[in-house]
Amino acid sequence: MKKSFPVVPVLTALFAASFFVVPLIATFYFSLKMTRGELGFAAYASVFNSAEFLTTITYSTIASLVAILIGAVIIVPTAYWVRLKVPRLRPVVEFISLLPLVVPPVVLVFGYIRLFGSNSWLPLTTTTAGTDMLLVLGYVVLSMPYMFRAVDNGLAVIDIATLTEAAESLGASRLRTIATVIFPNVRAAIISGAFLTFSISLGEFVLASLLNRPAFGPYLVQLGQDRAYEPAALAIMSFGFTWGCMVLMQVFATRKPGQRWFPRLTSRPAQRTTA
Amino acid sequence: MTMDVAAPRADLGPSLPRAGRLGRVNWNWLGVAPFFLFAFLFLIGPVLYLVGGAFQNTEGAFTFDNIIALGSPNIVASFSLSIRLSLLSAAMGAVAGLLLAQAVILGGLPAWVRGAFTTFSGVASNFAGVPLAFAFIATLGRLGLVTVLLRDLFGINLYASGFNLFSFFGLSLVYLYFQLPLMFLIIAPALDGLKKEWREAAEILGATRRQYWQLIGLPVLAPTILGCFLLLFANAFGTLATVYALMGSGFDVVPIVLFQQIRGNVLYNPNLGYALALGMVVIMGVSNTLYLILRSRAERWQK
Repeated sequence: MKKSFPVVPVLTALFAASFFVVPLIATFYFSLKMTRGELGFAAYASVFNSAEFLTTITYSTIASLVAILIGAVIIVPTAYWVRLKVPRLRPVVEFISLLPLVVPPVVLVFGYIRLFGSNSWLPLTTTTAGTDMLLVLGYVVLSMPYMFRAVDNGLAVIDIATLTEAAESLGASRLRTIATVIFPNVRAAIISGAFLTFSISLGEFVLASLLNRPAFGPYLVQLGQDRAYEPAALAIMSFGFTWGCMVLMQVFATRKPGQRWFPRLTSRPAQRTTA
Repeated sequence: MTMDVAAPRADLGPSLPRAGRLGRVNWNWLGVAPFFLFAFLFLIGPVLYLVGGAFQNTEGAFTFDNIIALGSPNIVASFSLSIRLSLLSAAMGAVAGLLLAQAVILGGLPAWVRGAFTTFSGVASNFAGVPLAFAFIATLGRLGLVTVLLRDLFGINLYASGFNLFSFFGLSLVYLYFQLPLMFLIIAPALDGLKKEWREAAEILGATRRQYWQLIGLPVLAPTILGCFLLLFANAFGTLATVYALMGSGFDVVPIVLFQQIRGNVLYNPNLGYALALGMVVIMGVSNTLYLILRSRAERWQK
């Protein structure tokens, strides 16, 4: 069969590409129009000069970072232990880690408010610190499917049984093995999961709004009701931020343990060194 | 599989030489206890609490009243709205995503095109929520760039011709921005799995392109497509922030009704709220479970 120019596929791809790109261009253009009659970055300056923007984004950044930390501390030892000692529990752990995809955030936070409300056995929502904790733990739950998969994939490519035996024969305790052998080896996987967690929780709206925390998501919604150009500027920045997170996630997800960041300058063809 | 192997070994236990292990409890499960404790406290517990509450009245006695109350007109209307919106946006996403994947992967385009779409899809499928609503308002809102351009350059007045971003159809168009890339990402491996030999065999037997897709391609892909459709459906069903940022609290999809209920008890009955939450979890659970079943069925072809 003679290969002809793929007219239909090209048109389909162009159509899809314009559907993806036109809103971004339009939003960017819109965000530049704040000062009447000229194009400029006034909307961006206005966003960065707003004290509320800075406090909410700081709050959400800290909440996301703590969520990533707690998520790693819970999930890495669990994934490691399941692979090493209790593979029979693997389907159960995997199932639980996927549950947050079935439970919508609004349902989850509803449960939190009722279960940890003012007249419950653990009244977390009555104090600021308790509510902050609930928000962070909620983010840990929401990111669990991605974090677990990232870490589990990371563990799959290293030989944890041998590493553990080696560490044990050198006299390391369980905790020390996890902290100084397993963690460093799945660092790239954790960071990969972390970037996804970050992109989910930084602008998260439902949990933050219903727990009444001064986070970035509720601020965004409020801004959308009050202003015209700043939301467009924030949408562009947020797209750039998501893009950055996804690229970094990919970089870390495909990185092998111990791999160099850049190829050695005096590199020779790989085949010759291995032969 | 593992159960079959493990069972006889357990019977042989006493005759094993390592007598030191005898009679000891296996403490290995303790290593996963923190995970289970966390999951129980902050994921399973809260959901079970709501499920339990759905079957209780305000005094705590068992009742089906809340479930029956789900049949009241305004709640049926919001479930119906949610389901119709999710169905439409999932259908649009599935069809457009499949067409795009087919064009990019099997259409004879250079490999970098696929790479570019894959990277972009990874970002766009995660670009949901409030910023997405802002982007569409700046594009297709009443003063959005595309709306204005069409009016000034081509004399087409979108809003006069019946289009409205802040409507059922407008919302499904916004959803398409994350549904299409998601479909593209999850259908791509299935298109890679279509064996070249099938196509060649069909061509040798004189099949046209259309016949190949109608009789071989689509039937093989059908479970995958249906599975992906259900995943998109669940994805749309749980969406709240995008709707809220675009429409405010007046557009009564189920998550918004629940959101309003938590904020200010608009249903005047907290236990009805639990029933609403239960309904959401059931719908999400069923569509995700069917997705997993269909996916494992579809993987038969990839062996």
